Amino acid sequence: MAAAVTSANQPINGYPLTRQMAKFIDHLRLNNFVLGAQETTLALQVVRGAFLDDKKCQHQLKSLLTGCVEEWRLFDDLYEAYWYSSGKERHQWSSAKSFENRTKASLPKAWDQHFSKNKGSNNTGPQVEAEGEGDAEGSASGRLIATDKSAMAKTDLRQFVDPNEILQAELLAYRLASAMRYRLSRRYRLSRLGRKLDLRKTIRRSLGTGGEPFELCRRRRPDRPIRLVVFLDISGSMKHYSRFFLQFVKGLVCRWMEADAYLFHTKLIRVTDVVREKNTTKAMTRLSVMAEGFGGGTKLGESLKQFNDQYAKTHLNSRTVVMILSDGYDTGTPEQLAAELKKLRKRAPKLIWLNPLLGWENYEPITSAMAAARPFISYFAAANTLEALSAIEPEIAKL
Amino acid sequence: MKISIDIKKRLRSADYVADDALATALQLALDLGRPLLLEGAAGVGKTEVAKALANAVETNLIRLQCYEGLDASAAIYEWNYQRQLLSIKASEHEQKSSREIEDYIFSEDFLLERPLLKAIRQEKSPVLLIDEIDRADEEFEAYLLEILSDFQVTVPELGTLEAVSIPHVILTSNGTRELSDALRRRCLYFYVDFPNLEREVEIITRRVPDIEANMAEEISRFVQELRKEDLEKTPGVAETLDWAAALVGLKIKSLTGDLETIQSTLICLLKTETDLRSITPEVASRLAGKAA
Repeated sequence: MAAAVTSANQPINGYPLTRQMAKFIDHLRLNNFVLGAQETTLALQVVRGAFLDDKKCQHQLKSLLTGCVEEWRLFDDLYEAYWYSSGKERHQWSSAKSFENRTKASLPKAWDQHFSKNKGSNNTGPQVEAEGEGDAEGSASGRLIATDKSAMAKTDLRQFVDPNEILQAELLAYRLASAMRYRLSRRYRLSRLGRKLDLRKTIRRSLGTGGEPFELCRRRRPDRPIRLVVFLDISGSMKHYSRFFLQFVKGLVCRWMEADAYLFHTKLIRVTDVVREKNTTKAMTRLSVMAEGFGGGTKLGESLKQFNDQYAKTHLNSRTVVMILSDGYDTGTPEQLAAELKKLRKRAPKLIWLNPLLGWENYEPITSAMAAARPFISYFAAANTLEALSAIEPEIAKL
Repeated sequence: MKISIDIKKRLRSADYVADDALATALQLALDLGRPLLLEGAAGVGKTEVAKALANAVETNLIRLQCYEGLDASAAIYEWNYQRQLLSIKASEHEQKSSREIEDYIFSEDFLLERPLLKAIRQEKSPVLLIDEIDRADEEFEAYLLEILSDFQVTVPELGTLEAVSIPHVILTSNGTRELSDALRRRCLYFYVDFPNLEREVEIITRRVPDIEANMAEEISRFVQELRKEDLEKTPGVAETLDWAAALVGLKIKSLTGDLETIQSTLICLLKTETDLRSITPEVASRLAGKAA
């Protein structure tokens, strides 16, 4: 048994144990456990003198100090690392501090295209840059930016570089989100126009008329928020749009919306918490860290399978709208995509697919993946201009 | 209130096989008087924990099943409207003032206790099981927090009803919705996993008394292997028990014997069409081979 534990066996209210415990709690906090002073006190109260029975103590503290599965799974390692100094380092990236310390220069390349252009944001007026729109490297910049509003709304989103215009995307997303925010609830509330009688209120009111229920109180089901699950394709073929769509997703997954966001490429990651971050730069930095290791083509079916296995049971309900932002260029098999979409639709009543390419002239959604997906899509729309995005608002409100 | 008993032993006599970690968590919940939040996949026996605990500490189990739209009148209390209407009618000729009538019909005689109120008004601390809390709305969760910290209920017409005894609270969640941090912080936490082989064998032998020892072991080994397959719905303990009972009922002595019958009994374990189709006779016999 390690030295730390033996010393903790000494005086109960004395210095060593209290201090050790406080440091242990601190150690947990560094790993993003939410713990207050109250927990420290309780932990001390619980382990008082019980350190001899070490395993039991571990179980007790585990039960006391964890609050969710992630913490539950992490706890044993942290406990051993602390009390036995077994030398396991805490997970670097789970500490919020480490993000802030990272310099821009150390950010992985994968995300350069999405926000490196930010630096030019202070320049006012139209910018003229080298023509390079079509090739692999030049990406989103390289056009004279239109300042005229109506013209802007029709501009293909690939040409947006001004952060203000990108912010428009977020505002638009807010509008969309509010358009589809409410659905009927199963729960009844008092309401003048309701269809069901509220007996409690009726009887209360009837007292004044000698028990004759003259005035009938009614109740009905109020609107309830729907839940939104967004998948954003960030593969190479989508990269011109990714920056814009990220902002769009950020707008959808706003504070008051019950929403979840996922990025996919060859695999899937959940980015809800990150996207909720108020500070955009910070959010983007964290996203880039999370997207490390991404690369290659798009595996739509594979990513959706990951979602169905891992998240679907808990994150979908009968009021969920699933939104996929992708161009449908898939390197996986269309059969798998169809199977996974079918599974998805079993749990979620609505599936919206926004495809930026659909707005292009002469584009037909004939890729095998798109063809396989079509039967499962409740609403399929273009999403290459702000105008196209605003057009889907009434449609979404109808869903 | 401190209850010093060997909780693990008591649970066992209530036919619940708990591991050390769970027994410790339950003991801690009893000692500290804190609610215990149980999470885990469906079918790992979360609800059973509460039943077994009630058995172990020899008290009542009061259960509140949560669902979307659960409101105060179903969870806390409701007035008995029919009786109220009748007694208003009956007292029409008694020349009572409306004030008197009101006092009368809003007295405790007319109050229907729902689980939460009932739980705090018992003589002996009951076990209060709040099942599938994640299905209830967030507003209800907030209200629940208040009850779990104060253990009192305010009825506007009656005033505040204080707790007679503090119930032992067990909450379960399947994770269909993220619970609030406030609720999580107020509770002790335990993640119930699928049982390991030894525990599952013990569970089967306890719950299916007619089973032979080697058969119990084969069954649990088969199910443990089955859980590793890529299934839509992983079979839980309840499914294992159903299957064991079915096999005993069919007088099957070994999994390697009558493969056809075994295949047809797999409906006890596999609950979706895709899963049933994915476990073909070949897969089943491979699993059975591993189990034997």
